[in-house]
Amino acid sequence: MTESAAPTSSEYIHHHLTNLVIGHGFWSIDLDTVVTSAVMGLIVFGFLASVARRATSGIPGRVQAALEIVLEMVQTQVRDTFHGDSGIVAPLALTIFVWVFTLNALDLLPVDLVPLIMGSVGIEHWKVVPTTDPNLTFAMSITVFFLMLFYNFKVKKFGGFMHEVLTVPFGAKMAPFNLLFRLIEDLAKPVSLALRLFGNMYAGEMVFILIALLPPYLQWALGAPWAIFHILIITLQAFIFMILTIIYLSMAHESH
Amino acid sequence: MNINATLFGQAITFAILIWFTMKFVWPPVVAALDERAKKIAEGLEAAERGKQDLAKAGVRSQEAMNEAKAQAAEIIAQSERRGQEIVQQARDEALVEAARVKAQAQAEVEQEVIRARETLRNRVADLAMAGAEKILRREINPQAHADLLTAIQAEL
Repeated sequence: MTESAAPTSSEYIHHHLTNLVIGHGFWSIDLDTVVTSAVMGLIVFGFLASVARRATSGIPGRVQAALEIVLEMVQTQVRDTFHGDSGIVAPLALTIFVWVFTLNALDLLPVDLVPLIMGSVGIEHWKVVPTTDPNLTFAMSITVFFLMLFYNFKVKKFGGFMHEVLTVPFGAKMAPFNLLFRLIEDLAKPVSLALRLFGNMYAGEMVFILIALLPPYLQWALGAPWAIFHILIITLQAFIFMILTIIYLSMAHESH
Repeated sequence: MNINATLFGQAITFAILIWFTMKFVWPPVVAALDERAKKIAEGLEAAERGKQDLAKAGVRSQEAMNEAKAQAAEIIAQSERRGQEIVQQARDEALVEAARVKAQAQAEVEQEVIRARETLRNRVADLAMAGAEKILRREINPQAHADLLTAIQAEL
């Protein structure tokens, strides 16, 4: 690696917002997103599994207590929001919350840290926060979308689902409009779910990168408040993704 | 890729974030965790205490029951003893009374006998006199045999 002339601002920003891509066209893979999310997932859920295996019914340690609090939070949300009976919703909600939170939390690392480490071993690009990659957020929201479809068919059967699609909200006489509305409504769900998370995290990352362009002795003045504020945002976005998933699946279970 | 002072700026920012987290985020979280652990510990302790109290109460109630049983047995024994005493006493009194009644009756009978014997003697004497009179009226002068008759009467 040669000590080249300092990059211009736009080069710097562009560099930080470029994924490590393998392949060309549609059939390419953002390797950094896949690897980072998989590794973080393994670490966090492996950790949770080890805590769960060692869990005691007596006095919990701090780690177990923390996990219990998160579990209770998720369970309360599911109980309050979801009225069907399905074993998948609570574990799904917990997985989404923990995973999204973990991936979002990578945003708090200094923006140059991981690219620097990766650069030192010759990897040109490494966008560290997977949730700033729409591929990941859409992958999650489309999974939720298919779960919605699956439970719609499972709970209401084909006939019931079709009846709902064609008669709600305007009644049987307006069936084409009902169908159109339903299509828009259902397609908007995964799109908004994915874009909300992506947009928030991408914008947050962008602000961090912009702050990194300030003179070094000034960066803390903006960077520190933004990072502190970001603790709230990463939690909130993880929570929103989780709660919307629960709501969508709850709607899939309920007949209108 | 180039390394420059931006790194220091980010390091400072990160350090402030870490400081902030240590100072304002971590303590309440840990406090909440400890609070939870404490509550659970207290709950478990209370349950344990409750169990012990229950065991103690069981022992106490057993003791009280045993005591009551012993007392009841004692009362029964006492009352049996008392009952026997009463029966014995009544029997003694009855015996005394019976003896007294018997003695009285015997005395009365003896007096009756004496009285009857007296009456009988007088009647026999009279009969003897009458008989003797009837025999002797023809042959004996009452005046001549008066001494003899008186002597016989006295002898009877």
